[in-house]
Amino acid sequence: MAAEATLPAEFAEETGAGFRHTRYALGRIAIYTALVFWAFISLFPVYWTITTSMKVAKDVQLGHLVPFVDFQPNWLGWRSLGLSPDTLGNVSTVRDEFMQRFLNSVTTAVGASILAVLIGALAAYGLSRFQYKFLWMRNKDISFFFLSQLILPPVVLALPFLVLYRELALLDTSLGLTLLYTLTVLPIVIWIMKDQFDTIPTELDEAAQVDGLGSWGTFFRIILPMALPGMVAAFILSLILCWNEYFFAALLTSTNAKTLPVMVASQTGSQGINWWSMAALSTAAIAPLVVVGIFLERYIIKGLTAGAVK
Amino acid sequence: MPQAEPLLGERFIEIGDPGAAARRRAGIALIWLASIGLGMVILLQALDATGLLPLGLRDWRPTLYAYVLWAVALGYGMVLIRGEAGRRALFILPAALFTVAMAIFPTLFGLSIAFTDWNLASFAGQRFNGFDNLVQLFRDPFYWNALANMVYYVLMVLVEYAIAFGLALLLNAEIRARKFWRVTFLIPLMLSPVAVSWMVGKSMMEYRFGPASRFARWLGWDTPTFFSDPWIAKLSIEAMDAWVSIPFMMILLLAGLQALPKEVQEAAKVDGASAWQSFWKITFPLMLPVSITAIVLRIIFKLKLADIVINVTSGGPGGATDTVSSFIYREYRDRSNVGYGTMLAMFYLVLIVVFITLLLNFVSKRMQRMT
Repeated sequence: MAAEATLPAEFAEETGAGFRHTRYALGRIAIYTALVFWAFISLFPVYWTITTSMKVAKDVQLGHLVPFVDFQPNWLGWRSLGLSPDTLGNVSTVRDEFMQRFLNSVTTAVGASILAVLIGALAAYGLSRFQYKFLWMRNKDISFFFLSQLILPPVVLALPFLVLYRELALLDTSLGLTLLYTLTVLPIVIWIMKDQFDTIPTELDEAAQVDGLGSWGTFFRIILPMALPGMVAAFILSLILCWNEYFFAALLTSTNAKTLPVMVASQTGSQGINWWSMAALSTAAIAPLVVVGIFLERYIIKGLTAGAVK
Repeated sequence: MPQAEPLLGERFIEIGDPGAAARRRAGIALIWLASIGLGMVILLQALDATGLLPLGLRDWRPTLYAYVLWAVALGYGMVLIRGEAGRRALFILPAALFTVAMAIFPTLFGLSIAFTDWNLASFAGQRFNGFDNLVQLFRDPFYWNALANMVYYVLMVLVEYAIAFGLALLLNAEIRARKFWRVTFLIPLMLSPVAVSWMVGKSMMEYRFGPASRFARWLGWDTPTFFSDPWIAKLSIEAMDAWVSIPFMMILLLAGLQALPKEVQEAAKVDGASAWQSFWKITFPLMLPVSITAIVLRIIFKLKLADIVINVTSGGPGGATDTVSSFIYREYRDRSNVGYGTMLAMFYLVLIVVFITLLLNFVSKRMQRMT
């Protein structure tokens, strides 16, 4: 760009490069305008939510947008959650409830992701390396069997699980929810991990087995460490899906195991929404994943694009 | 049980090993023993549940534990019987048994519920009612309305795809700070649909103070009610869902664009093709496989759409925004009729499986013709 800009004007006009130059510049402007426009679309709701959590009723009603210019930030919303600087030291039942929901979300999401990556990686390695035969099913069919679970919509499982979990005393427990979440992310984990294992040359396995390692030794000592990026990608993607899951949580939890999305949803239903406290709650609910998204974006993209491009 | 085909050499080793036969017998015995044990526990639980043999069990947990123990015994038994091949089968066994227990069994169990009249809130309990639920389903205008809405939502995937493709092209252009833009565009994907329901649906689109409403008024729309007219409500819900999931397709398409061979595009440029021509003649056809992957995956996720509808409109106005999932959710919440709700879900599952199968067949046939 810089090189072209310094071309003498006369020279450019003579060769018709001036025309091309303007077109190029217009193209640049169009591209950056579009980028800024979509960045605005992507970020404004987040910005709006964060700023609203610091507004009082008047600022919301007058539609003030820019802190310190339009309105004076206020801890009102965060105070109602017991999370503002001045209430952080005090006892707060709202904060206790929030923390419990938050911890429930962490336990369920992390637990399900670990379990899914564990059994998913094993299955993916097996499918990537060995030839199986079970009844009429060969590797391709077994892979399809796992992946086809992705189609199963949550509604199909929700009501049977309601009944089953009631009988198994797993209703409203984090364990029950964790198992279900594991099921929902397992196909995705197997997909990502199989893609990852397929990129690791089988010569490594053979060399390890010549050295006297069994198939499990080979897997844990040699292959798994090499598949770490894929595991991280699968883990993070699972974490995002489980953290945001609402449908099962809404049906299968009531008091003890309620997760953050259920808490957020139950607040919106109540009469006369408290904008600032809802905004604070939403901010707190999305903050962990926004941080994950910003710092671990590489892995999210790796996970999303696994197997899509050959 | 899954078994790995042993290599020829290994089979010789197994046979040559004098302890192999004993281990084999031990393995078979172990699996039989575990299976009988599991059967016994289930039988005792069933007897207890029907009241024939009151054992005072509070729940079906013993059966769950028995299943886990049986799975462990099965795995160990396989290793004893088949040696290395059994050890290899152990890799997929946990995932397979888990999926069977958590997806196949509940689905079959759901089928048995679907043909009963079962209100969890009443004391009457489960009552078989044959095809009554199915008949009721065919007469339920709200269910068919929800299905029709799903057609609309699925078709809107094409619009999402067009936008996502545009964004992917933008990110693939020669731009500065590419990573910054990519992370920024990815943010909505991180957010929970429930939080988005509030952030966008309930607050930004709020009639009086919401910034989206203010903006609409500024544009000249005097009564910016996003959720009272059926079609505007449909579009508003779709806009929110698109906002959350466009980044997903965008990332897939971007990966596809980055994997395209550079030479082809450069050759087109040398031949004097305009940007427009080279996109439609070269980039777009080359991107078809990735595009189809993105669209099919997106449709699969779209068919599960529920959270945003439940939290923003509860299916309103008059069912205009209802999805099948949100409709069944309310059907259960309002009437706690497990039997009917499950029948609705099962019917939906059948439709989805047929639809996805047809879609994949259609796509693979078209792809073959083109290449």
